[in-house]
Amino acid sequence: MHEKKIAESLHPLERAVLPNVSRATLVTDIVKKTDLQEVEVIRALQWLENKSLVSVEKTEKELVLLDKNGIFYLENGLPERRFLESIKKEAYSMKEIMEIASLESDELNSCIGLLKGKAAVLLEKGKVRITDNGLKILEKEMLEEIFLKRLSQGLDKHTLKDENKFAYDNLSRRKGVIQTKTIKSVTASITEIGKKVSSVKISKTFIDSLSSSMIKDGSFQGKDFRRYDVSINVPKINAGRKHFVNQAVRYIKQIWLDLGFKEMEGNHVQTSFWDLDALFVPQDHPARDVQDTFYIKDPKYGKLPKAFESKVREVHENGGDTGSLGWGYKWSPEIAKENLLRTHTTVLSAQTISKLKMEDLPAKFFSVKKVYRNESLGWKSLFEFIQVEGIVIDPDANFKHLKGYLKNFFAKMGFPDVRLRPGHFPYTEPSVEVDVFHPIKKQWIEFGGSGIFRPELTKPLLGTEVPVLAWGLGMERTIMQYYGITDIRDLYKNDMKQLREIPFWMR
Amino acid sequence: MPTIQMNHEVFEKLVGKKLPLETLKDRISMLGTDLEKIEDNVIDVEVFPNRPDMLSEQGFARALSSFIGVKTGLRKFPIKKSGEKVIIEKSVSKVRPYTACAIVKNLKFNNEKIIEVIQLQEKLHITYGRKRKKVAIGIYPFEKITPPIRFKALKPEDIKFRPLEFPKEINGRQILSQHPTGRDYGHLLEGMDMYPIFVDSKDNILSMPPIINSHEVGKISDETKDVFIECSGFDFKVLHICLNIIVTALHDMGGEIQSMELVYPDKTIVTPNLDPWNMPFKLDYINKWLGLDLDEKKVKVLLEKMGYGYEKGHALVPAYRADVLHPLDLAEDIAISYGYENFDAIIPNVATIGQQSKIEVLKDRITESLVGLGLIETSTYNLTSKTQQNENMLTHIPLIELQNSISTDFDVLRNWVTPSMIEVLANNKHHEYPQEVFGFGTVFKKDTKQETGILENERVGVAITSEDVDFTRVLQVFDSMMRSLGVEYKVEETEHDSFIPGRVGRVIVKGKKIAYIGEIHPEVIRNWKLDYPIGVFELNVTELLEFI
Repeated sequence: MHEKKIAESLHPLERAVLPNVSRATLVTDIVKKTDLQEVEVIRALQWLENKSLVSVEKTEKELVLLDKNGIFYLENGLPERRFLESIKKEAYSMKEIMEIASLESDELNSCIGLLKGKAAVLLEKGKVRITDNGLKILEKEMLEEIFLKRLSQGLDKHTLKDENKFAYDNLSRRKGVIQTKTIKSVTASITEIGKKVSSVKISKTFIDSLSSSMIKDGSFQGKDFRRYDVSINVPKINAGRKHFVNQAVRYIKQIWLDLGFKEMEGNHVQTSFWDLDALFVPQDHPARDVQDTFYIKDPKYGKLPKAFESKVREVHENGGDTGSLGWGYKWSPEIAKENLLRTHTTVLSAQTISKLKMEDLPAKFFSVKKVYRNESLGWKSLFEFIQVEGIVIDPDANFKHLKGYLKNFFAKMGFPDVRLRPGHFPYTEPSVEVDVFHPIKKQWIEFGGSGIFRPELTKPLLGTEVPVLAWGLGMERTIMQYYGITDIRDLYKNDMKQLREIPFWMR
Repeated sequence: MPTIQMNHEVFEKLVGKKLPLETLKDRISMLGTDLEKIEDNVIDVEVFPNRPDMLSEQGFARALSSFIGVKTGLRKFPIKKSGEKVIIEKSVSKVRPYTACAIVKNLKFNNEKIIEVIQLQEKLHITYGRKRKKVAIGIYPFEKITPPIRFKALKPEDIKFRPLEFPKEINGRQILSQHPTGRDYGHLLEGMDMYPIFVDSKDNILSMPPIINSHEVGKISDETKDVFIECSGFDFKVLHICLNIIVTALHDMGGEIQSMELVYPDKTIVTPNLDPWNMPFKLDYINKWLGLDLDEKKVKVLLEKMGYGYEKGHALVPAYRADVLHPLDLAEDIAISYGYENFDAIIPNVATIGQQSKIEVLKDRITESLVGLGLIETSTYNLTSKTQQNENMLTHIPLIELQNSISTDFDVLRNWVTPSMIEVLANNKHHEYPQEVFGFGTVFKKDTKQETGILENERVGVAITSEDVDFTRVLQVFDSMMRSLGVEYKVEETEHDSFIPGRVGRVIVKGKKIAYIGEIHPEVIRNWKLDYPIGVFELNVTELLEFI
């Protein structure tokens, strides 16, 4: 019964192949007998092997074959034969022999040595004469010649008979006469159960694939369906996918949306005014160095916002009305006008604050967007990467809330241990470095900066001093850690195989 | 950010207490510095730029010692009057108008200490001194100088001395071209007719700030006991703080600080002045900002742990602190002193309503549609190359260039995303076909109406390639997407150098051209070393948003 079930599940290819397998049957033989393509036979054999009906063996043979000179000799005779033929009637000088027998000089030399050894020739007065022995040799077919003839099909090097071995040894010393090649061949042998299955008579009326017309006319009724092997592996198909980094971005955005944050938008190219000056970054701060920041060649300068220019100038120069001493230098509008690629999305926070009115408060905003840094592409550095930005503008906000938001966020990102450490940014006070504990590396890892915006930032933009909790966090490292990626460039290399196969972000 | 190296043993002595390694690491981090590593008796620490006073072993140890409660509160730094003068001539007023000076005596220099002093000087130069632009520091063996010292400016040709580690005497201009330090910092004197110098009463030139000291009278050795220190620049307050940072470090190294009289054309000032200054603050304000409920007594203790003094209503700020601008700077130090780790984490119950931006919602919908059609999303850079944007595409679109990119592969902002999509295909030639990709990108073009002079738009690009891709196939994808978005459109024939003539269209929605669609020209495909037909479309998402 068991064999019958198996027999009924055989694919037409399998059914064609199985009866043609006996013991160590070559695939090439099966191909001949079945009239199938070689790939079809091999595929069928694989399926049959999966069902334990045949065992497939891959063997390697070393074949001895004719080489370039060998092919030539087979047609035109071995050099020593041509040599002897040329002096069969008359003795000639070496030079003449070379011409008559059309021999190369190295062939000529090896012939002399060889034929003298067999006492087939004699040297007399500069001429070569054939001996009786030589004439006898000419009459018979040489062992080497017999061997060469057999080589047109190739011979297994390891099963050569003695006389062939002798010829093989001689010829393999000579240049380009014979060669050996490793040939892989596949053979199949039928198993005991295979024999049983093969002997099962299969109903001729079984259905291979169901068609619409069979359903309509009912012709399937009373017939058997071929059984399928439902445990098989199938060829892969590729689905459409969202980029895995964007899956993570979407998740991060959802965390802030759930906490009541609104998403900010804004430009990638900004004036230094918005990116730095409005954030109370002094104009001689190293962050403005060309090594760190991308500046635009043309248009090099943008316009300054009239509503905020003088207020920002004042806080830089003397603190304005913020109660600060300011940086105490002469502020330059030229420097503030320079266009750059935003170095942080904190610029979006500054612009958002500048548009708020007191009645809008409390308010919370976030963005998960690209920022730029003038670095070359390396295994741990990108020039374009994503920052997770957030602000809470709330007259009652304080440092404890900052810690609350950050802890909550990182817990959802899979890092329950967060450490806030004193840091420094020109626009926050207190300033915070956010570390999370890496559970595998067992160490604290920096994930970004945070703090409460200084009045020197908020008062010129908002008109009043309100605490603004703020953070700008790196995101790539979290994603790398999740996916076990060690080279940061692999996040954006857009390798089709990676994009087709990387699992979804499952948080 | 600057890192400094400290000898663990010396550091411990300065701090006045041995801490277990883990505690030391934790305390250094929680004081507000980045601990790089502690290895083989050497501590590597990154100091944030707001605390230049911590750039020396002494300054760092002083701060940590207070922080862990060994020696808290304001430190006393006795100053003796040296009676020596530095005369500042009018000639420097346009070149480098100010200097602040001091003498420190009875230092026992050895190689290690010399290295420490030079390290402090260099770190201050780079950070607080903004690469000598704001402050240039000179430290000289006082024994070799005959006071009074004059600070004056001369024509570069008239300045002649042997600069540090240079074989011979050369003039001021030659120093800028021949001496390595001259070449590094020469730009700071560019365009000036006169260069500043310090010179003693015997006309020995001490140095030419901000460039270089003299080899003869400006080099400290292990025989040096007393040093003359000057800081020169443009803002006296900054110079004075810098001088204070140096002399207090030298004091902690065992030196005796002596003041000097600075005789300016219009006034005489004595430096250094190490008296603390007052920063008034309101306790309520700081408590509210931090979410704490500290009383005066507690605040006094906390401030003293950060090296401050406290008197009713105000903090006494040490004369070497450069970063206290606002009462909230005290709030930060109080928070550090309290311990960031000791604050509770609270999410307040404030009702606000979350909202995704409209364009992001639209992008999500587009993604949903294209993924449903079997396309794979890519994520490409906005920075790219002219080759990618124009040369390979057979176009001549004006591009926005970066001024200073360190990589030529990424020195322009993209104007369109189609080249990015085709580049993705070109990088995946060895993978299975068909390949169907899409991706969002920001594109940039000049527009004088914008604040920056640059208009930015979000676009989505689609590229489909296989043996039998054609216009119909790519239009089917586009059409399916637009039907999902509920936007009606029509396609008009157009011309574009990157496309096959007659197989490229412009998509129009309510009279506005918002997309290109078509078959890529085979020459473009060859430029990318690809072998199969490519169909693309590129849609302006920012403009599409108007019709949603």
